[in-house]
Amino acid sequence: MSGPLQDWKSQKKPFAAVASAPVFWLALFFIAPMTIVWLYSFGQNAGPADIDISGTLDNYKRATEWLYLSIFLKSLAVAALTTLICLIIGFPVAMAITFVAPKWRPWLLLGIMLPFWTNLLIRTYALMALMGTNGYMNKGLGGLWEGASWLRTLVGMQPLEAWTPVQLLYNNFAVVLGLVYVHLPFMVLPLYSALDRLDKSLIEASLDLGAGHFKTFMQVVVPLAAPGIVAGVMITLIPALGAYLTPDLMGGTDSQMIANVIERQFKRANDWPFGAALSFLLIYAMFILIALQSMRSNKVKEVR
Amino acid sequence: MFTRTAIAPLEYTRKLWMRSWVGLTMLFLYAPLIVLMIFSFNDSKRNVMWKGFTLKYYEKALNNDSLVEAMVNSLTIAFLATIVSLVIGALAAVMLWRFRFPFKGLVEGTMSLPIIVPEICLGVAFLIFFAKVDWPTDLPWPLNLSAITIAHITFCFPFVAMVVRARLASFNNEEEEAAKDLGATEWQAFRDVLLPHIKPSLVAGALLAFTLSLDDFVITFFTSGPDTITFPVKVYSMVRFSVTPEVNAASTILIVLTVALTFVALKYQGVKGISDAH
Repeated sequence: MSGPLQDWKSQKKPFAAVASAPVFWLALFFIAPMTIVWLYSFGQNAGPADIDISGTLDNYKRATEWLYLSIFLKSLAVAALTTLICLIIGFPVAMAITFVAPKWRPWLLLGIMLPFWTNLLIRTYALMALMGTNGYMNKGLGGLWEGASWLRTLVGMQPLEAWTPVQLLYNNFAVVLGLVYVHLPFMVLPLYSALDRLDKSLIEASLDLGAGHFKTFMQVVVPLAAPGIVAGVMITLIPALGAYLTPDLMGGTDSQMIANVIERQFKRANDWPFGAALSFLLIYAMFILIALQSMRSNKVKEVR
Repeated sequence: MFTRTAIAPLEYTRKLWMRSWVGLTMLFLYAPLIVLMIFSFNDSKRNVMWKGFTLKYYEKALNNDSLVEAMVNSLTIAFLATIVSLVIGALAAVMLWRFRFPFKGLVEGTMSLPIIVPEICLGVAFLIFFAKVDWPTDLPWPLNLSAITIAHITFCFPFVAMVVRARLASFNNEEEEAAKDLGATEWQAFRDVLLPHIKPSLVAGALLAFTLSLDDFVITFFTSGPDTITFPVKVYSMVRFSVTPEVNAASTILIVLTVALTFVALKYQGVKGISDAH
């Protein structure tokens, strides 16, 4: 049980002892930096290392140009596709963890969580090594190709041409695959915690009353797991939208996402005010997503 | 295999398609890491064919001064960031759990922001901030790591606060009142009653902060200078410009370290506690 809340006025000294460090840290090393970025987004370059905060909206105007808007929309599409694939792969896995014999459950959970704790860069690098033109994925595809070629000779057709390794890396496919690889655990864990709370007798009742497994799944399991699905979607979509490393390392010239464009403004292009405006637009997009989610969960509460 | 009982309706995990689905997912998650670890022992420059067992890339990685320096930097930053995040995060959790104060919702919301704000935005914010306040960059080691450490604390301590607060919810306030009735001061009650109760969450929070800090690339990328390379930043430049088996060896060392840390966390918190923390 949680203790009764105490009013800070009656306990000024303990309150000050507890509150000062976190509040001070948050103000100095989080709010102050964010405020400076926000102010810079209304500024312009006045010299090589000098930014004049003039209150101009030019940076935001430039951000709505088609070039940047299209990258923004594309990032959203890539993040949404990643989230959808994670949901499709992750849901059966979460169900398996929920319904498996209890002695296996911790091990399956651990299996999902261990990659999550492993360094993101190492995981990306490991996947890249596998997907290179000399990597195992190409070898596997080559094997399939030769198998198909051999089957064709069996039925008397011409064998296929020799296998040439395909470029799996440095394109949009690689970016989506990399993002799915990195974000899958984010999706499975909230799904599992929602399914774990679900009353299993409802599923049994539905099956007893004659609904098939698919119908039960669509009409009982999915609606009851909806909060977990929403949580999983948000927790995957938000980091995927702001992903920097995966598109940078695995993407090609046309698969840049918004985070790569922001980075360029601060390094090569050296246009800090514009980069600041783009980062705040990304933050606003996150806020909109979170607001949509909380509006939805409020509605669910009202209905109940 | 063949004498088993019939599959009950809810025993989804005994169905073949479900088993293969989970198996394939695990293969997808682990195959790249396992291949990377195996080929760190491969006696060949190119990572495809197995040419025999060797430890020479470990030797090379450990003799690569800049790689070792980056690793030492990463561990130092993670260690310092963990300690500070632990103190600030625990204090924040106690503050939110115990007191009613004006603008509490605002403080609570702001504290969860470093978790939500995209890493790239936080990285950019620290780049601008440290440039703006002219943070000294030519300090001797380990003070030159202060900028990165500060940035790491900012995104680590809200996670610690979250874990500790979840644990505080199960604290029975009467214990603390009893201690005070028996003459304990505010500090003694905190140290001898509350602190022992939240200890498991402190261990879990510390491990979470340590891994988050060790793992971070994007924010560090923006705050690090030429003399303050961390392990992920170093690996990034190695991967970008030349792939060497040394990276495999160094990565394997880090993976083994992470797995060891995870098992320590499991011992203290149990699998469930850790999955709840995320």
